[in-house]
Amino acid sequence: MAISLTVNRKPRTVDVEPDKPLLWVLREDLGMPGTKFGCGAGLCGACTVILNGEAVRSCQTPLADAAGKDIVTIEGVAASPVGAKVVEAWTKLDVPQCGYCQAGQIMSATALLTATPKPSADEVTAGMAGNICRCATYLRIQKAIAEASKAISGAAA
Amino acid sequence: MNAVSVSRRSFLAASLAGGAALTFEARLAFAAAPGGAAPAMLGVFVSIAPDNTVTILAKNPEIGQGVKTMLPMLIAEELDVAWSQVKIRQADENQDKYGPQFAGGSMTTPLNWLPARQAGAGARAMLVAAAAQQWGVPVASLTTSDGMVKHAATGRTITYAALAPVAAKVAAPDLEKVALKDPKDFKIIGKPRPGVDTPAIVKGEPLFGIDAHPQGMLYAAMVKCPVISGTLKSFDDAAVRKEKGVLAVVPITDGEIPAGKHNAVAVVGDSWWRVHKAREKLAVQWDTAGFDGYSTEGYAAQAKALLGAAPAKDLFKAGDADAALAKAAKVVTADYAYPFLAHANLEPQNCTALWHPDGKLEFWAPTQDPGTARADVAKVLGIDPASMTIHMTRIGGGFGRRLMSDFMIQTACIAKAVPGRPVKLLYDRTDDLRNDYFRPGGWHRMTAGIDASGALVALKDHFITFGADGKPMRAAGMLASEFPGPALTDVHYGMSMIKTNVTTGWLRAPTSNAVAFVFQGFLDEVAEAAGTDLPSLMIKTLGAPRKFPSSDPDEPAFDTARARGVVEAVCKFAGWTGKRSATAGKGRGFGFYFSHRGYFAEVVDLTVADGQITIDKVWVAGDIGSQVINPLNAEHQMQGAVIDGIAQALVWQPIEQKAGAVTQENFGDFPLIRINQAPGDVAITWVVTDNPPTGLGEPTLPPVIPAIANAIKDATGKRLRSLPMSLA
Repeated sequence: MAISLTVNRKPRTVDVEPDKPLLWVLREDLGMPGTKFGCGAGLCGACTVILNGEAVRSCQTPLADAAGKDIVTIEGVAASPVGAKVVEAWTKLDVPQCGYCQAGQIMSATALLTATPKPSADEVTAGMAGNICRCATYLRIQKAIAEASKAISGAAA
Repeated sequence: MNAVSVSRRSFLAASLAGGAALTFEARLAFAAAPGGAAPAMLGVFVSIAPDNTVTILAKNPEIGQGVKTMLPMLIAEELDVAWSQVKIRQADENQDKYGPQFAGGSMTTPLNWLPARQAGAGARAMLVAAAAQQWGVPVASLTTSDGMVKHAATGRTITYAALAPVAAKVAAPDLEKVALKDPKDFKIIGKPRPGVDTPAIVKGEPLFGIDAHPQGMLYAAMVKCPVISGTLKSFDDAAVRKEKGVLAVVPITDGEIPAGKHNAVAVVGDSWWRVHKAREKLAVQWDTAGFDGYSTEGYAAQAKALLGAAPAKDLFKAGDADAALAKAAKVVTADYAYPFLAHANLEPQNCTALWHPDGKLEFWAPTQDPGTARADVAKVLGIDPASMTIHMTRIGGGFGRRLMSDFMIQTACIAKAVPGRPVKLLYDRTDDLRNDYFRPGGWHRMTAGIDASGALVALKDHFITFGADGKPMRAAGMLASEFPGPALTDVHYGMSMIKTNVTTGWLRAPTSNAVAFVFQGFLDEVAEAAGTDLPSLMIKTLGAPRKFPSSDPDEPAFDTARARGVVEAVCKFAGWTGKRSATAGKGRGFGFYFSHRGYFAEVVDLTVADGQITIDKVWVAGDIGSQVINPLNAEHQMQGAVIDGIAQALVWQPIEQKAGAVTQENFGDFPLIRINQAPGDVAITWVVTDNPPTGLGEPTLPPVIPAIANAIKDATGKRLRSLPMSLA
């Protein structure tokens, strides 16, 4: 059964099992491997995408649940003003080490800053605690979120 | 023998396999300069395009340690080009051509600091020679900068691009004699350079092994024998073959050298999600006889019994430790322990391979040691190593796991069964956690004697580790020359061994990540008994500047002056007073360690509240020689290594074994450190010494673990002698 959804502002239709997780639909059927597989259990955050404005774990999201929804992935995150500032801060501070988790980190940070443009330290920790970085780039992630938050507030002012 | 040395020796041997001379000469083995608009090759690493863009090949595996940026920095510096002109491309594995290509032992910097700069300087010398020839002026009258040759007397300038086709035909200089820059003239080395792949990473571009997608690619998922070392008896694939998308079922009986440790059955099909789901329908019979008695509890019971007996083997014996202890003013004794650990790379093990119809084998592999993998795959599959091509992908975390060849051998076995179609093998998280080459657990009974002056005068360690036939397993050894043994007259390090069925291996700062905890934690107890603090005891024991040779012939000597340098530096940096913390629940601890050629001393401030331990701040003083090559990445590596150490100390749970099988499933029962557990700050200071620069991937990690144990003692009065530390 063909299922339609919007990915990075483009309408897409896929004809695969409706219980196939969005992660694998993105990677295998839509040729978008930026979203990463880490645990398959919603524990590491590597597969985070934004679905109708909310950060979700795409490994836990069956395609059927994404039908008709608006999905943003790492490949398209910079198209939003907040996403662009996050990506810019990540680049400027050279946040990645191995880089494998960073797509998920950027998606979570974008969702956090979209909902809360000036997060407190506790809000940053709460918003990002679902995303594991095995290289432990956490200090730069905190700095990059602060930097992006400043840039967003500056742009809004 | 320390198992670390075996591996390092094999690395070095591999690097020499193509002949030591090749390693050097190959750097300037010129390809004929192509005419027209094609870029001209200047040696094997450098090519210059007509628009003066300089492409530099990065030869080593990039696991997040930053070598894809760092090695080209060394070449670009001596080539004398602007960093903005430089494009970087990952080389395939070809050690005859490029020299050693592995990511292990923090060896990339020490092995390449000189050769990479010489390669850049050699290419520059040829460009200058070409300009001298063209203008009819002496070489000495020419200077270079930003990819241009200049003649000051006449004001003439010419781009490298214009010279490259001629330069490529100039006789290669003797790289051992080619002039190198004075470090004070460095423009690229020592300046912060962002990672070359960062812009692609933040866009989600395909870079990693898991992203490899050669045309027509199939996917594979495996069912592994739940008991490592168990073997495949039989399987029934009738049901699985009926599942949607399944194309083949392939038994794998060779995943390890020697063969037999990692038996599996792979399901191959058109989607990983489908084959991973379909594999549940496989009915497999395993033979685990003889291996199902191994368990975490069993190891602990054996260790307890062995600790009470005499060591089976001497590791280091000097003087008479027992006699010295009998005479000592004070004797301190304590048992330390640490568990098995997995690597938990966030990118699960994977590999892509294509068995070409002509029998050639092509890999897209996230491997830390492609040369060893080439040899291992050739041996297990009985094919010519020269028939393989290995493309190195970016790697989603190495930490030593990907020094092993198992996932490449398995992928080769699967690819052979589906010739003409590329196939990607991907582990799920449970496969990855259960089929690791684990950091082995261990136990130490430490005993020290202190004389009336408070000096450490005798030391004993009975080390219980994993091994057989008198030999520790991979990464289960310990240096006989472990400090402070060589500084004392009466020492006895002894060793006893337990058998295990699981495979063991290198985890970032292998052996050091465990031994540092034991020795620096115990020496803190000795310092307390002696009425002093650990930095003071260290300085007293280090004594006059001297060098203790390593018991591993491949390892450098322990330089007490460099050790003292970082101990003093971190004390100054952190404002160490040696006084106990005056605030309830606040603690401060110190740790030192020398590993991977780097000297590191660290101070931890922490808070204990309601049994919860929070790391407030870590101070680090490091000596890695005369030059920090890329300070932006150096800081990042050190902060990451410190937090990795905090994770081992406080967060990671022991890998458990029951009836031979590892029981961990996912990040629920093998938790990794998260942002809310990260320290408030990790502050870094350098002790610059006149020594060749060395690597940073590993040596920052070990000292933080004992520093935490010692800080918890300061905060609570409790000595935690077992990892992970817990006050619960």
